[in-house]
Amino acid sequence: MSLLTLYNNLNTFLYLAAMLFGLGVYGIVTRRTLIGMLISSELILASASINFMAFNRFTAPDPTVGQVFTLFIMAIAAAEAAIGLSIIIAVYRNYKSVDTEDLVELNG
Amino acid sequence: MNPSMAITEAPGLFTADGLTGVIFLIMMAVTIIGGIIACSAERLVRAVAGLIVCFIGVAALYYFLNSPFVALMQMLIYVGAVCITIAFAIMLAAPEESKKNGPAGPLSGPLGFITAGLVTYGLIVMAMRTKFTSLPKVNGGTVKELGIQFLTSYSMVFELISIVLLIAIIGALVIARAGRNK
Repeated sequence: MSLLTLYNNLNTFLYLAAMLFGLGVYGIVTRRTLIGMLISSELILASASINFMAFNRFTAPDPTVGQVFTLFIMAIAAAEAAIGLSIIIAVYRNYKSVDTEDLVELNG
Repeated sequence: MNPSMAITEAPGLFTADGLTGVIFLIMMAVTIIGGIIACSAERLVRAVAGLIVCFIGVAALYYFLNSPFVALMQMLIYVGAVCITIAFAIMLAAPEESKKNGPAGPLSGPLGFITAGLVTYGLIVMAMRTKFTSLPKVNGGTVKELGIQFLTSYSMVFELISIVLLIAIIGALVIARAGRNK
């Protein structure tokens, strides 16, 4: 298989999605601000969508199902980003910080 | 072994198929590099810029997966709406650019790298070892068929998702409004 026909191969997309997922996990573990974590979670959602679209293109009998699912993931991600960012802004207004180490009010 | 449609035998670099392959490789690199910037940039504004680059690459990948409509929606919703919203939130809520914005502790960098590496390794090995069988297509997956599916089989979910979005918008307004008069 040549390098130039990679786009006709299911595994290419699966590996790429796995790498994006790993980058998202790395970002969530290492970031220290809430907004950074939100950005990394968007990467994870994108990798899930790539997986859906790849299986939709290469294996599924009905190629509209994966597209429908990806569009729903997009809508949910938009809702999640709106809610998450408003929570972040409310937290910033109360604590003057979005650093995860400063949000210790619920500490036991 | 793995399902692949329209098998082409190593096209030349300057044929149409070869140039398509080159563009695909470039877009794959754009996606990965954007993701790396998004998860490791020091400043959050640069992380959002990396996220935009990554999402543009993902939109191109959707185009390669026979779904131009989803690619357009990716550009509209993710690049146009979500990333811009995050940029606004950074402007509103993260003024201390001078404060250290890197890893949370001395161990979190290596530990995060190990965790992410193990997860990626597991997913790649799983994808390598599984054999996926391709089923014959029942339709072409065009925009018209997508619209028919949306308004027949998935019409209930379609309505529910609009309610979810409405409630999310109202909830976002309420939460961001709380405590504003203090």
